[in-house]
Amino acid sequence: MLTAILVMVLLAVVLGAVLGFASIKFKIEGNPMVEKIEATLPQTQCGQCGFAGCKPYAEAVASGQAAPNLCVPGGDNVAKSLAELLGVEFQPVGGAEGAGPKPKMVAFIDENTCIGCTACIKVCPVDAIVGSSKLMHTILINQCTGCELCVPACPVDCITMEPVKTDLAAWKWRYPVFELKKAA
Amino acid sequence: MRTLHKFHGGVHPPQHKAESNGLPIAPAPLPKRVIVPLRQHIGAPAKAQVKVGDHVLKGQMIGAADGYISAAVHAPTSGTVSAIDLHAVPHPSGLPDLCITIEADGEDRWIERQRIDYKTAVPDAVRHALRDAGIVGLGGAVFPSYVKLNPGQQAKIKTLVLNGAECEPWITSDDMLMRERAAEIVEGIRIMAHLMQPDEVLIGIEDNKPEAITAMQSACQGTSFEVVAVPTLYPGGGEKQLIQVLTGKEVPSGQRPINIGVICSNTATAYTVHRAINHGEPVISRVVTVTGNVQKPQNFEALIGTPISEIVRQAGDTSHYIMGGPMMGFDLTNLNVPLTKAINCVIAASPALFPPKPAAMPCIRCGQCAQVCPCNLQPQELYWFSQSRNFDKARAYNLFDCIECGCCSYVCPSHIPLVSFYRFAKSEIVMQDREKIAADQAKERFEFKKQREEREKQEKAARMAEKAAAATAAKAAAAASGEMEDPEAAAKKAAIQAAVERAKAKKAEAAALSPSPHPSPVEGEGAKNTEPT
Ligand code: SF4
Ligand code: SF4
Repeated sequence: MLTAILVMVLLAVVLGAVLGFASIKFKIEGNPMVEKIEATLPQTQCGQCGFAGCKPYAEAVASGQAAPNLCVPGGDNVAKSLAELLGVEFQPVGGAEGAGPKPKMVAFIDENTCIGCTACIKVCPVDAIVGSSKLMHTILINQCTGCELCVPACPVDCITMEPVKTDLAAWKWRYPVFELKKAA
Repeated sequence: MRTLHKFHGGVHPPQHKAESNGLPIAPAPLPKRVIVPLRQHIGAPAKAQVKVGDHVLKGQMIGAADGYISAAVHAPTSGTVSAIDLHAVPHPSGLPDLCITIEADGEDRWIERQRIDYKTAVPDAVRHALRDAGIVGLGGAVFPSYVKLNPGQQAKIKTLVLNGAECEPWITSDDMLMRERAAEIVEGIRIMAHLMQPDEVLIGIEDNKPEAITAMQSACQGTSFEVVAVPTLYPGGGEKQLIQVLTGKEVPSGQRPINIGVICSNTATAYTVHRAINHGEPVISRVVTVTGNVQKPQNFEALIGTPISEIVRQAGDTSHYIMGGPMMGFDLTNLNVPLTKAINCVIAASPALFPPKPAAMPCIRCGQCAQVCPCNLQPQELYWFSQSRNFDKARAYNLFDCIECGCCSYVCPSHIPLVSFYRFAKSEIVMQDREKIAADQAKERFEFKKQREEREKQEKAARMAEKAAAATAAKAAAAASGEMEDPEAAAKKAAIQAAVERAKAKKAEAAALSPSPHPSPVEGEGAKNTEPT
C-alpha cells in the first residue's frame, strides 16, 4: 500500500518536473496566429482599420476583437486570406460592394508650398519623410506605404497622393484574354 | 565523333530559313537620327553620360554601366544629342523608356579606339573593357557578358559552349554571321577561353546550317575548339537544352549552367567580344534578320538605335510585326521603335504567312504539351494554376523553369495560348515577391520608429526630472550656505548643468539617427543624470 502511494507520488513529481521543464524550454514566443495574420497584412501602417498599425490589428483579429475585413489597403484579397486563416466566412471590405486592392499611391510634397513645420514627419509611420525645421521636406517614394496619414497633418495642405507610374521594370503581363469557342 | 545526348520533348516547326539566308549581310543605310535606349540589357539601366546639345563621336560611351549587373551603351554614329527623354522602345508593354536621341552629322567619325592585348592584360581589365564596351549576350537574354565571364567562386569551368544553334524559325542572323565572319568569331572565342580557361570548347550548330558548320570548322583549324553539328529540333538552341545535348549534363532546376561548370554564350556575342578587345569597338551595331512579308528578306548590319521602320521595307498586306521569332517573340506595337542589342529578327507578318489561331477550347488534358516540354514540366498543370491565379502552386510546379519556348502552345490541340498564361503568372509572382519585401521593410521601419519614440519620451521625462532636481539642489545650496554663495552663482551652475544636459540629449539623438536599426538604449544613462552633481 505504502509503496504504491510512494510510487504514484514519485511518478507525479517526476512527470510534473518534466512538464514544467518542457513548458519553459519550449515556450512559444508570441502568438503564432498573430504572426500569420500580420504576414498577410500589407504593412501600410495606415490605421484605417481603427488600430494603431498592422500589428495591433493582427492581435485584435487573432483574439477575435476585430473583424478580418477592416484592412482597406489590402482590400478583398487580404480579407479573403484572413477569413480563410481564421476559418470564418469571407465578408467583403467596406460593406457589400467590396473593394479590390487600391492602386498603389505615394505621397507627394509640393516643395514650393512646404513651410518646414515637421508635422508630417511626426505622423509618418515608416520615417519616409526627410526634412528639418523650417526646411523643405520631401518623401522617399520607395519607403512610402501610401498610408495617407501625412495628408491631413499638413497645415498648408501641400501633400497630395499620386498614383505610382508603371515603368518597364514594374510592368506586368496582363491576364490573357481570348475567346473560348462555343461548344456546338 | 562526339556522342550526342537528347533533351526531353521538342517540336519541328516549319523552318522558313531559306527566305533570308540567300543574300549576304548588307549594311543598312546610315539613319538621320538614332535613338539609343539606356536599358538594353538585363539589370540596371545605364546612366547617361552626356547632356542635350553635346556633340558625340561614333563609339563614344553615352551611358555608363550602373551597378554590377549592367552594361554601357554607346553612340552608334557621330552627331549631336538632341534629347534624353522617354521614347517608345521595343517591349511587349509598348511603354516608353529613357533613350538618348542623336541627330547624326553624316560624318560617322570614330572616337579613338583602343585595343587591348588580352594575353598580357589582367583578366579583370579585360572584363572591365567588356563591360565598358557594352557587351551583352546577343542570343536574346542580353545578360551582361562580363558578369558571365567571371568564374568567381566557381573553381573550374569544364566546358565553354558556344551557341550557334539558332533553332527559332525564320531567324538567320547567327547563321549568316558564322558563314561570313567565322574567323572573327573564333578570335572572340579565343578571348573568352583565355578568360575562363575551360577544359574544352564546344561550338554547337544545328545541322540545318551546313555552310555555317563548314565555315566554322575551317576557322577552327589549328585550335582545340570543336564544332559539333547538333540535330535540328526546336528548342535545341535553348541554353540548358544545348548544354544537355553536347555534354549530357542537365542543369538542375532553378540553377545556372555555371553550377555544373559550364558557360554558354552566343556566337554573335563572341564576335562582339573580338571587335571590342582586338579593335576597341563597342557594340554599336548588330546583324538583324528582316524577313516575312517584305520585298527582299535579308540580313542587315544596322546601327543600334536605327528606327525599325527604316530597316523594314514591308510589302503589301502586312498585318503586324513580330520581334524575334514566331515561337518566342512578341508583337511590336509600334514601328517607330529603335533597334536594340536584343533584336535579332523582325518579321513582317501577313494573314497568309501567319494565319490567326483558331479560337481556343477548354483543356482536354491530353498531355501533348507535357510530351513536348523541353524542361520536363507539366504545362497543363501550370496552365491550370496560372489561369486560376493559384500562384503558389504554379511556383511549386517549377513555373520558373519554363523557358517560354512555346512548344506547348504549338502542339496544344485546344489552341490555348499557354505561354501567355505563364508570362502573366511569372510577372505576378515577381511583383508579389517585391511587395512582400517592401512590406517587411515598412514593418521594420515602423517598429523602429515606435521604439525611437518610446525612447525619446523616456529621455524627455528624465530631462524634466533633472531640471527639477537641479532647481531644488540650487535652492538647498543657497539656503545652506546662507550669504556665503550668492544666488547668481547658483543660477550659473544650474545653467551650465542644463547646457550639459542639452549636449547629452543631442548625443543621444545622434545615436538614434545613426543607421543601425537597433541602437543601444540610453535610458540607463538618463536615469543616472538625474543625480545632482
Ligand atoms: S496540349 Fe492543350 S489540351 Fe492537351 S493537356 Fe496540354 S493544355 Fe490541355
Ligand atoms: S513554354 Fe514552358 S511549359 Fe511550354 S513547353 Fe516551353 S518550357 Fe515547357
